[in-house]
This record gives sequence, C-alpha cells and structure tokens, in this order.
Amino acid sequence: MNAMNEQKAHVESMARNMRRTILDMSLAAGASSSHFGGGLSIVDIMASLFGAVMRYDPKNPEWDERDRFILSKGHGCLGYYAALAEIGLLSREEIQSFETTGSILLGHPVMNRKKGIEFSTGSLGMGLSLGIGVAVAGQRRNRDYAVYVILGDGELNEGSNWEAIMAAPNFKLSNLIAIIDRNTFQQTGSNEEIMPIGDIAAKFSTFGWRTLEIDGHDVGALLEALTSPRGDQPTCIVAHTVKGKGFSFSEGDNDWHHKVLTKIQYEAGLEELGVVRGDAS
Amino acid sequence: MMIDKRNAKAWSRIGSRAAFGLGLLQMAEDRDDLIVVAADTSTSAGLDRYRKTFPEKYLEVGIAEQNVMAISAGLASEGMNTVCATFAPFQTMRCCEQIKVNLGYMQHKVTFVGLASGVVLGQLGYSHCCIEDLAVMRAIPNLTVLSPADCGETLKALAAALDAPGPVYIRLTGGTPNPIIYEDDYEFEIGKSIRLCDGDDVAIIATGTMVNASLEAAERLAEDGISAAVVNMHTIKPIDRHAITTLCSTHKLIVTVEEHTKIGGLGSAVAEVKSAIDKAPAQLILGLEDSYAKSGAYADILEFNGLTPALIARDIKAAFG
Repeated sequence: MNAMNEQKAHVESMARNMRRTILDMSLAAGASSSHFGGGLSIVDIMASLFGAVMRYDPKNPEWDERDRFILSKGHGCLGYYAALAEIGLLSREEIQSFETTGSILLGHPVMNRKKGIEFSTGSLGMGLSLGIGVAVAGQRRNRDYAVYVILGDGELNEGSNWEAIMAAPNFKLSNLIAIIDRNTFQQTGSNEEIMPIGDIAAKFSTFGWRTLEIDGHDVGALLEALTSPRGDQPTCIVAHTVKGKGFSFSEGDNDWHHKVLTKIQYEAGLEELGVVRGDAS
Repeated sequence: MMIDKRNAKAWSRIGSRAAFGLGLLQMAEDRDDLIVVAADTSTSAGLDRYRKTFPEKYLEVGIAEQNVMAISAGLASEGMNTVCATFAPFQTMRCCEQIKVNLGYMQHKVTFVGLASGVVLGQLGYSHCCIEDLAVMRAIPNLTVLSPADCGETLKALAAALDAPGPVYIRLTGGTPNPIIYEDDYEFEIGKSIRLCDGDDVAIIATGTMVNASLEAAERLAEDGISAAVVNMHTIKPIDRHAITTLCSTHKLIVTVEEHTKIGGLGSAVAEVKSAIDKAPAQLILGLEDSYAKSGAYADILEFNGLTPALIARDIKAAFG
C-alpha cells in the first residue's frame, strides 16, 4: 500500500468512527434534536482535514504554527466535535454531554481553544471574513499556516459572504481555503426552491478565486484537492455532498436538517456502519 | 501625547476625527502589533497620512462594514491590536451582529471608532447621524463603551482602548472647532468619571459634546443662584456606579445630558444605577428626542432638542424649581 492509499484508508476509517460518534451525540441530544443532515455531509471533508491535511498538535492545541480551522456553517458542529474526538481533544464524556446544560459542546460551536474549537460560529455568513482576518495576520507576519473555512451552500444566501468573496483575492490570500459543503439543501427546502445559487465555482472564479469542484465524499479526491499547489490566490473547493450522508434513512432527506434520532434509527445506523449489536456503548 | 494649551487648540481646530487619525499616526510608531482596518474611510477618519506612512499596518476593506468587523476580529484573534473606524451608524449598526458575535460573544479585542456620531452630520440627513449607538452597544455584554468630551480626551480614550484587554467602542461627537475641556494633561481611566466643577444643588452628568454645553449651562445656573456640579461621564459602560451613588446622596437633582436619544443611553445607564438607591433624587434626562423628524444644520438640531447651554439651563431651572 503506498502512502496515499494508507492515508486514504486512515481517513475513511476516521470518517466511519466519526459517523458513529454522531449517532451517539444525536441520541444523547434526545428530544432537543440535532443538526444531523448538515453534520453528516461534512464528515468526509472533516476527516480529510483533521486526519491527513491539517497541521496541528493535539498535545498543544494552541500551537502557534497550527493550521487554523473555521466551521462557518456552525450548525454542522456534529461533524466538528466528532473530528475533535477522533484526534483526542474531546473526551467520551464531553461528547455524551452534547447540548446539555453546562456542556462545552452546544448546538453551535463555542470558542474553546484548548479543545480545538477556534471560534464561536453559528450565525451564518461570518466565518469567511474571520478567516480573511486570520489569513491576513499570517501573511503580514510571514507565517506559513493555512486557514480552512467550511461554508454551507445555503449559507451563501447571506450577503456578507460576498463581501468576503470579493475581498480575499484582492489580498492575494493563498493561505485561505474555503470549502463549500454543496449538499444542495438548506433549512426548509432545496437551494433551488429557496434561493437558487447556480454555479458556485463559476461565481468564485469570477471573483478571482482558484476553484476546484469534487465529490465531497470521495476521500481520494478530497486529499488531492486539499493538497494541490495553491498559487497566489485563495482557493475555493466546491465539495458536492449528500445531506445526511452515511445512513440510508437520512441520505438526501431534508427532514434530517434538524431532527430527533430514535433508538431504533440509532440501532439501524450502527448496523449500517458495521457495528455489531451489543458493541454499542 | 501630552495635552497642553497649544495641542488642545490645534486638535480642536481639526476636530475629533482628524485628531483620532493624528493620534493613531503617533501611537503606531511604537506599537508593532497595531493594525488599522478601513472601510473606504481613510480621509474621513483622518487616516490618509497614516495609510501612507504605515501601509504594513493598514488594511483597506472597502465599503463593507460587516466584512471589516469580522476581518478585524480575525486579526485580533491572532494577537494584532486592531482598530477600525467608519461613520458611527455604519460602524455600530450595519455590522451589529458581527459586533455581538465576534467582539461580545468571543471577546476579540477590537477597538472600533464611530466617527461623527450624534447629529453633527444633520445636514446629510439621519442616515448619517447616529443617535442610537450608545443604547445598542451598551446592551452587548463584554463591550466597553467610551464617549470622550473633547479631542484630547479622544486621544486618551484611544490610548486606553489600545491597552485594554477587551473590545472597546469609542464614540466621537462634535464638529470643528471641537469643544475644549482639557488644556492640561490629566489622568484618564476607563470607568472613572471626572468631576469638572463643584456645586451643591444639582449634579449634571454629561458625556461627549454635552460636557462642554453643561459647563456653560452651569455658569448660567450660577447666575440664577443654582449651584451645579458637572461630571464628565466619558465611560458609558462600565458606568461609574460609585460616582453616581455618591452624587445621589449629596445632590437634590440629577441631570443627564447627551447628544443621543433619551432612550437607552447615558440617561438610562444612570437611571439603572439610581433605581437601586433608596430615596434617590429625581432625574432629568436631557438628550435627543425619539424622532427622525427634524434635521438640518448641527446647531439647529441641538436647538430643536434643547441641547444648547441656554436651553439646558432653562430646563434644569424648571425642574429644580
């Protein structure tokens, strides 16, 4: 097995574990429900970033040289927390405390650098601008960290994104990588029904971004895109994804935008992941 | 920058915006971590020389205040001492939620400066006036809100904000010539009001341009036999509870004066403290009416709203009885 294949296998295994963690968190959330669909659509992207691409030190989460990560679509936090659990920054107990009173893990990320949560997000349309600030700071200080920002396609309805999309190429931020979770749905329907956005890559390209378009669940394609040479412009990767990816009951069904996971669905989900009944802890 | 008679006069002539830009130009010299983020406001904020002198400490983001605020927070998150400045309504309300999330919720240390707040730009209409910023900014947890009384105090407030641990809003009011309150250097401390003159009957607590108007009003009141103390409340949040509590025990009438709507600003902040004091004196809240109806020249709007020294004195006299 060559290094790339090994890396790919590692990321795929990490993604499987993360989907398992997401099932656990959703079950723990109980009646308060969770943003299941949009958490699952980013799992393979998150696993690629935290499992292979990003530079960080789990023993020193505030390491100055780490790559920075911003989940602009903060409601996708299930995917974020699951990744942080995989790299050892979140404990099993913390994962199980999801959305409970006093928990550090709420339904949208709350800044907690020691736990790897770089920013508080959830109000849509702010993360890319934040990322520009972080990237400019790196550029001005000759630091070589990269800044990864994940945005939702529905999130692009927010006008403030377009201020950021306009600005980033003008600052020549080659250290900024925006990844669009193109799952084609938003809260109450498809992008087409609510606010059609058309060709996202073409729009970013027109603003001066380097753009790539890939299958956001193909780990090989993700790793290739995320490690491709960046030039002197910011990069936008449009990752085509499936909302609720990983479980037959949730894939492509927008009812799972924010929904309660039943015990029966939980068991079915474990089975689809290949977890033997009785293994469930 | 030391305050002396000469400086005070020079700054007054150029006004608070240009004084702010001048101040940054000097402060940038020994602050390596400083960065200024502009919203196509380099000339409006007196930053033209700064922009040319320190291009590496300057970032032009264009007319995009939401982007300015979140980029500033991103820079601040990396330890850069970040300042942004644009006209007060756009600085506070266009990007209000970016302020809440990035500066209030996450507490990123950004100093943001609202230029030409109040009604100094009345001739341009209320789109460019800002009579609401104190109320709106005061309601956001973790923000410090400053409202300097003259150009010298603007520089003091700026220096204090750059050294403060958290986010600070600085509200600039007044035109040119800007009032001169201080001709000698003095100690400025966030949260600590300054008593400018003593008086036994009435305590006038003022902020921004209304400090000067209140000092003149106090002189008029003295002619009518009413003795008024005047306090410069340069910090709206955290409000100086100790000073207010003391004044409530020593004076028969508390008056607040601000170039801001009477709702939610200095008057409200003082009333909130006073409401917990047993047998506190009555309060007269002077400020701008809750209205966008009448606009025009700065002096005329102040007149309409009773914010000239003569009208302030008249209203205090009527309330004092």
